[in-house]
Amino acid sequence: MSNIDPILLLSAIIVVSTPILLAAIGELVVERAGVLNLGVEGMMITGAVCGFVVATATGSPWLGFAGAALGGALLSMVFGILTQLFLSNQVATGLALTLFGLGLSALLGQGYIGVKGPVVPDLYLPGLRDIPFLGPVMFRHDAMVYIALLIVALVWLFLNRTRAGRVLRAVGENHDAAHALGYKVVRLRLAAIAFGGACAGLGGAYLSLVRVPQWTEGMTAGAGWIALAIVVFASWRPGRLVLGAWLFGGATALQLALQASGGVQIPIEYLQMAPYLATILVLVILRAGRAPGSLGRPFHASS
Amino acid sequence: MIRLDRRPEPSRAWTIATPFVAVALTMVAGGLMFALLGKDPVEAIRTIFWDPLFGDFASYSRPQLLVKAGPLILIAIGLSLGFRAGIWNIGAEGQYILGAICAAATGLAIYPAETWIVFPAMIVAGALGGLLWAMIPALLKVRFGTNEVLVSLMLVYVAEALLASMSLGLLRNPEGMGFPGSRNLAQYPSAANLDLIPGTGLHWGVALAFAAVIVGQVVMTRHQLGFRVRLAGQSPRAAVFGGVNPGWLVVVCMGISGGLAGLAGMFEVAGPAGRLSIDFNVGYGFTAIIVAFLGRLNPIGILLAGLLMALTYIGGELAQLQMNLPLAAIQMFQGMLLFFLLAIDVLTNFSFRFGRRAVA
Repeated sequence: MSNIDPILLLSAIIVVSTPILLAAIGELVVERAGVLNLGVEGMMITGAVCGFVVATATGSPWLGFAGAALGGALLSMVFGILTQLFLSNQVATGLALTLFGLGLSALLGQGYIGVKGPVVPDLYLPGLRDIPFLGPVMFRHDAMVYIALLIVALVWLFLNRTRAGRVLRAVGENHDAAHALGYKVVRLRLAAIAFGGACAGLGGAYLSLVRVPQWTEGMTAGAGWIALAIVVFASWRPGRLVLGAWLFGGATALQLALQASGGVQIPIEYLQMAPYLATILVLVILRAGRAPGSLGRPFHASS
Repeated sequence: MIRLDRRPEPSRAWTIATPFVAVALTMVAGGLMFALLGKDPVEAIRTIFWDPLFGDFASYSRPQLLVKAGPLILIAIGLSLGFRAGIWNIGAEGQYILGAICAAATGLAIYPAETWIVFPAMIVAGALGGLLWAMIPALLKVRFGTNEVLVSLMLVYVAEALLASMSLGLLRNPEGMGFPGSRNLAQYPSAANLDLIPGTGLHWGVALAFAAVIVGQVVMTRHQLGFRVRLAGQSPRAAVFGGVNPGWLVVVCMGISGGLAGLAGMFEVAGPAGRLSIDFNVGYGFTAIIVAFLGRLNPIGILLAGLLMALTYIGGELAQLQMNLPLAAIQMFQGMLLFFLLAIDVLTNFSFRFGRRAVA
């Protein structure tokens, strides 16, 4: 334990939690609109491959992130059309999206296994980066870390301080009442689903471009599911989402640090279980708040 | 203007026709995908759906049909029970792994003694392993209200890590010259799960899968459990008033699906796979979800869907060998099948109307 540097560990937590945070904030908006999309994992891995392919082809990681967001949003529209227009079961469709996304990404990424992608530079923040302790922990990361936090802040503002955000929440709480008031339930939900897909795509691209950084099949390894768990943990509130992502990041970063330090006599396989067990533990200990009223229910104007 | 009108009750004709239409549409869309990949679509579809049964090497691939369909059907029958009641066990893959680990551990503990008790003991251990692993999300849901989808899925990753640890450590073959993986149970006569009729692929697990189809059908249509499951799925409130304890239903449905998944793992590790290894699980637990839906959560339907999915697996491998088609394309193909099924399913509960809404 002694040779784990706390500054490095905390700094790693920020990096590890970013992809989960990105995917989770997207799903939070989707669920606040009353839609349960279990396809986060599939959209994330599709984003990971799209981002990596675009970034290596153009040499620009930023175009990569844009491509990942687009890929994730496009894939989410398959879910959107099926659940919103064809009124399919959301749980089953979400699962199908994950299975489909895993296959699609493996197909798209065939020629890219072992290829080295472009490097995402750290954002240079003069002054801030030199603050003792806080500087190396918080202010020596790439721009996506801050963009992710910015997106969370903007989502909070949107949901709590704008008219459109309140309409979205109304649709999520009671879609029949919202429909009766003349709000476009289906259109709004499709927009929310696309936003969720784009965020999941960004999260996936963060894995393949920054965190790992390369493309391997199935590289998200459950990150999308953990993002779903964190949304429940956060009681659908953006502020607590950050906390949840950092908690999860902590469990992952700590087990990685323990693996690297070699100081403890725990087999690697058991350390690898830690993030998943931590997620379950968090789900059990912290009772979730109330879910949006219409979550997961199909909407048909006739009923 | 196209509108959807809710049918007074689900259309029986569409319930049955949906899977067939979905398969047909998937073939067309899949053909387009194969064409985009630069392969001859007709040849690809023929390689996947026809050659495994009637092609040049059919005598090799035909037994594989039952070997692959067995676990898919067994797991899907269990899952369908919960899915009907709105209980989502997504972690069958983990329960399958635990069943295999427990069964292999039991068999290896008795090795090399040759007694009749080994095989039955492994069956019990396998079923218990899967059942207990499924009890974790079930009891957490009942006691703490946690989401069973997330917990059962998280446990798949835990089970995979456990499998790796077992095949590298505790259950590693001491005579395996340091390679990962357990002893080969298929070469341990008391534990081996061999073909009941040599060369057909029909092992005990496949026989059990067929039995599960029959029992499942009887339970769903004739037994009180089936009634409660259907009631809870259609109207949870009515079910509570009707005396169905929701917690009890969660435990029973998760327990049955976990136990069956564990059994599937047991028969796999004692037979076709032969031994535990890091890559022992190949996704049957996830594909079984597609099988359950494709089979309309109906036991007979699941039997047919399981055989079809097994066919795409074998055909996919064949297409990989003969046409250099990536295996991932088959995964996508399976996902697409589920998409089409879900999309067309709208016709079961709704009918399309063209033109303006009539004045009611």
